[in-house]
Amino acid sequence: MSYKTMVGSLDSYEKGSIELNDDLKHYAFSNIFEICNSSSPYERIMVASNLEYCAEVTRAEGASPWYTAPHDEFAIVMEGEIEFEFYQLEDDEKPANEAGAVRLAADPKGKRMGKVTARRGHEVLLPQGSAYRLTSANPGVVLFQTMAGPESVEKWSEICVLN
Amino acid sequence: MNTEVTPEKVSVIASEPDPVLGYRSFQFGEFKFTRDAYFVHIEWPKGVHTMEVDRFLRAMVRDIGWGFFYGWIFFDDVFGTQNHYGTVDIYAGAYSKGHKDTGVDYLETYNTDDVRVAFETISTNWINEGYDPLSAPLETGSPLGAKQQEASGPLIRGFEPARRMLGLAGDVQPRSDETGHPINRAFADLDYDLPDIEAEPGFEEQIHAINLFDHIARADVTWNPSFTSITRACICCVTSEEHMLPVIHGNDRNEWFIQLTDEIHWNIQDKNSGNPRGRIVMKSGDICAMPADIRHQGYSPKRSMLMVLENGTPGLEEKYATGELEPFPITASRW
Repeated sequence: MSYKTMVGSLDSYEKGSIELNDDLKHYAFSNIFEICNSSSPYERIMVASNLEYCAEVTRAEGASPWYTAPHDEFAIVMEGEIEFEFYQLEDDEKPANEAGAVRLAADPKGKRMGKVTARRGHEVLLPQGSAYRLTSANPGVVLFQTMAGPESVEKWSEICVLN
Repeated sequence: MNTEVTPEKVSVIASEPDPVLGYRSFQFGEFKFTRDAYFVHIEWPKGVHTMEVDRFLRAMVRDIGWGFFYGWIFFDDVFGTQNHYGTVDIYAGAYSKGHKDTGVDYLETYNTDDVRVAFETISTNWINEGYDPLSAPLETGSPLGAKQQEASGPLIRGFEPARRMLGLAGDVQPRSDETGHPINRAFADLDYDLPDIEAEPGFEEQIHAINLFDHIARADVTWNPSFTSITRACICCVTSEEHMLPVIHGNDRNEWFIQLTDEIHWNIQDKNSGNPRGRIVMKSGDICAMPADIRHQGYSPKRSMLMVLENGTPGLEEKYATGELEPFPITASRW
């Protein structure tokens, strides 16, 4: 017996269903490929929220701004080939916010730390104390494990199944 | 409800082996556990309950491995445990209207270590070589029949949590051929390449990536989330799911499911009454919250990859239990 593993993509995904005798807002059911088909590049849209913690999804296309966060973040590539480039933060570049990703005002000034080129199914550490930038030649989808912060975009009514 | 709080140490007491089937029975507090060729019988003051042995062992071994997890683990609609993070309730009928209405519900609280030892003792005696309750049913033997040779492998496995991220130096390493974890038959059609990592000298420990799908595809256990990456108290777990979740989980906080591949069908019930609320079918790319006021049980027709996000902040369970926090994640002002 051979198996066929189904993995969604921007061009081909099948959304599931939610049939409940309950307020569907309590479940915030959405699909990351559907969201990224209608979002702007590098808009970090919150898709899961657990008090101060969250997951964000972004459409990776072209080069992102430089981001940093006062804690580790993690990125999981769900589609595409994404280059993650890292620089060490100088003291005056360290984020003042308590949580979540924030943009740097300018290109990072510290030492180059390296880069990772990641594809579907890869998870990348976005380490505390670094600045990072994503670059993708073609549209891709990246899921972030992070905390709510200045870059987080909440538009639950637009992305979730409500009836 | 008939409730007995037992804070002092409680030891499990084993009977002599049954002369026909060979299994021992066990007394733990006021609960008595007996198995025969097909079923487990659980007795407590005023009540008795019968479960299929396969379902009981699949639930019990996971309950041990999860450290009793978050909140309620229903082995079925009658019997289960609730984690209080230091003590554990074992209950029968405590969340079943019929049992409560007739006054035969029962709950007893024990120290966590005592429950762990009791469950390990029972499971070890009742699991025969060739049957593995952590494997998918298509990948293991039968738990039915008389006692044979006890299983020699580890009772629980796959539960070691990463501390920062899988694969970092000094942390838990991803599964591989070298660790004895080949790609599972159900994920053999995917390609598994490694990310390209170019670290400048001195930053080798910071520039890090893994193939997460490869790690999940090599799991030799099902319905067994393992920590893969940690942001402060936010825990990302991944797991491979096949057949059915052998417990009904009633969380004491909100959690989130992210379906990475394939699909899982979830039955949703009211947490307190067990009354059905409906169903959710999650397919690749779907994300859905599991609120703190439900029970859920999943069915995965084909082995699938699931990501779970948990908030491990200590004491959170009290804030939900007291109503300080609403039992769903996205509050009204955010819509």
